[in-house]
Amino acid sequence: MGKTISEKILSAHSGADAHAGDIVVADIDYAMGQDGTTPLSIKAFQKMKGEKLRHPERVSLVIDHSAPSPNEGVSALHKMMREFAGMTGCNLYDIGEGVCHQLMPERGHVVPGDLIVGADSHTTTYGALNAFSTGIGSTDLAAVMLTGKLWLRVPQTYRVVYKGRLQKGVYSKDLMLYTIGKTTADGCTYDAMEFVGSTVSAMSVDARLTMANMAVEAGAKAGIFECDEKTLEYVQARTDRAPRPVSSDIDAVFYKTLKIKASEVAPMVAKPHAVDNVDTVDKLLDVPIQQAFIGTCTNGRLEDLKIAAKILKDKQVNRGVRLIVAPASKNIYLDAMKAGIIQTLVRAGASVVTPGCGCCVGTHDGVPSDDENVISTANRNFKGRMGNNKAFIYLASPATVAASALKGKIADPREVVA
Amino acid sequence: MKLIGKVHKFGDSINTDYIISGKYKFKTLDMDELAKHVMEDLDPAFYSKISPGDFIVAGRNFGLGSSREQAPLVIKHAKIAGVIAQSFARIFFRNAINTGLPLIVCPDADKIDAGDEIEIDPSSGVVRDLTKNIELKAEALPPIMIKILQDGGLAEHVIKHGGFDL
Repeated sequence: MGKTISEKILSAHSGADAHAGDIVVADIDYAMGQDGTTPLSIKAFQKMKGEKLRHPERVSLVIDHSAPSPNEGVSALHKMMREFAGMTGCNLYDIGEGVCHQLMPERGHVVPGDLIVGADSHTTTYGALNAFSTGIGSTDLAAVMLTGKLWLRVPQTYRVVYKGRLQKGVYSKDLMLYTIGKTTADGCTYDAMEFVGSTVSAMSVDARLTMANMAVEAGAKAGIFECDEKTLEYVQARTDRAPRPVSSDIDAVFYKTLKIKASEVAPMVAKPHAVDNVDTVDKLLDVPIQQAFIGTCTNGRLEDLKIAAKILKDKQVNRGVRLIVAPASKNIYLDAMKAGIIQTLVRAGASVVTPGCGCCVGTHDGVPSDDENVISTANRNFKGRMGNNKAFIYLASPATVAASALKGKIADPREVVA
Repeated sequence: MKLIGKVHKFGDSINTDYIISGKYKFKTLDMDELAKHVMEDLDPAFYSKISPGDFIVAGRNFGLGSSREQAPLVIKHAKIAGVIAQSFARIFFRNAINTGLPLIVCPDADKIDAGDEIEIDPSSGVVRDLTKNIELKAEALPPIMIKILQDGGLAEHVIKHGGFDL
C-alpha cells in the first residue's frame, strides 16, 4: 500500500512502517516553544529531573506573545526563559526578533522532509515547506528537549485540490477561509491536510505559509504542501541542511478529497466568534469597524504589508478607525522600511508595533473596547481572543483589512485593487 | 481505571480561551490560582460549583484553539476528575493525556444531563449514567495513552522509565 507524505515522514523518523492510526515514538528534527507555553515546559523539564537538552542545537525558544513585557508577571516568565536558554545552550529569540512561526522558516530551521514540533497550535505553518509540523503541549516540549523524541499518532490525510487562478483581489487567506468554511472547524480533527493543485503551485511560499498556518483552524494536525522549485529556493537561501522532499504515492490512501475551483472564490470574511463562520465580503459591507489589524503569523509577511501599502498609499485611514500594524519579524520590518512600505503605512495613519503576537492574542498592543468591531488578518476570532470578550473580531486578507480601514466599514478590496 | 462522579454540562466547541482566558494564563504558573478562572467567560460561578471528583461532559470539538497546556491543568487543579465529550480537539487531547487528566470520547454524551451521576472507564471505553441507569457507547483509549495516564502523565512516565517506554 502506498503512503502519504505524513506516513512517509513519520515512518522515516520512527523506524516503523507507519500507517494512519498507528502511534509511533519519533525522532524530532527541531522543536520550538514561545513565552506563553515554554515556562510550563521548563517546569516540566525540571520535574523530569532534566539537566541537559538532548539536542540543544535543535531547540529555539521565542519571546513573542507578550513582547516587550507588559507587566511584572510576564517579565518573570521571560527571565526564566532567558536563564534556561543560557544554561542549556539552546537558541533564544528575544523580544523584537519576531513571531515564532515566521522565525522558524525565515531563519532556516525547517527543510522539506523534517518532523518539527512546537508548543503553539499554529506550528502547522511549516507544512508550507513540505515538512510534517505540528503543535504540541508544554510537557510534550519538555519530553522532546530531554529525549529528542515524542509520541505521535499517524494521521489520515484529507486532500484539498485547488484548480485554476484566483481572481484579482483574492488571496491565499481568502482561499483558506473558504476551505475552512467547507471543512468546518472540526472537519479535519486529527487529520493531515494536503494542499495540492495548480492554484497552490502558482503561489509564493509566503502565501502557502498563510494556508498551512490555518490548517489547525479546521482541526488538522498538519497542513502540508508538496516541494517544488520555490520551496527549494526559499530553503536553500537560509540553511545548508539538505532538503529531503517527500510526496504522496499514487496509491496512497486519502480518506477524503475536497476539490475547489479557485476562480469561484471571492474575498472572504470570518465573522465572530468562529473561524468557520465565513461569508463573502459583499454580504458584510455595512459592518462598521473601529480597529483594523495587519500582522500575525498568518499575514504579517512582506507580501502582506506590500499589498496593504499599495491600497493605503497617499490616503488616510478613516477617522473612526485605529490601524495597527505588526510586521511578523525584524527582517520583514527592515525590508518593509527599505521598500518604503512602513513609511507609507505610517503616513496613512498606522501605528506600527514591535514584531510579535500581542494584539492578536490580547496580551497588549491593541485591546479593543466593549462592543467594538475589529477586522484583522489573524487566524482566530474567538470571543475574548484580543483581550476583551465583549468585542467582535472579523478575519480577512490584508487587502480586505486595508480597504476596510480606509472606509471605516468592511469593504471589498476588489474596488481598490487595480 | 473506573471513576464515579457528578456531571457539569457544556455545549459544542468549548475552546481553550473559554477554559482559561489568555489574559490570565500568560501571567502566572500558579495553576491553583488560574483554576479559579476555569470556564469563567461561560459561567462566572463555575469554579465554586465544583465538588472534587466531578466530571465535565461536553459536545463536539472540546478544547479547540491554542496549545495551552494550562487548559487541562486548570481543569485538573479545579478537581475535575475527567472530561467526557463527543469529540476533542487534538492538542487538548494529548495535553490531557500528558498531564494525567482522564478523558473519553463518547458520541452519546448528549444523553447525559447536568447533575447526573456517571461512571467512566477510559481503558475499556465504558460510560454509565447511573442516574438514568443506561450504558453509553464510548471509545476505549489506546493502550499507549492508558499507560501514560496510569503513570500519572508524561513527565511521570519519563521519570519512571528514564525516557519513552511505549
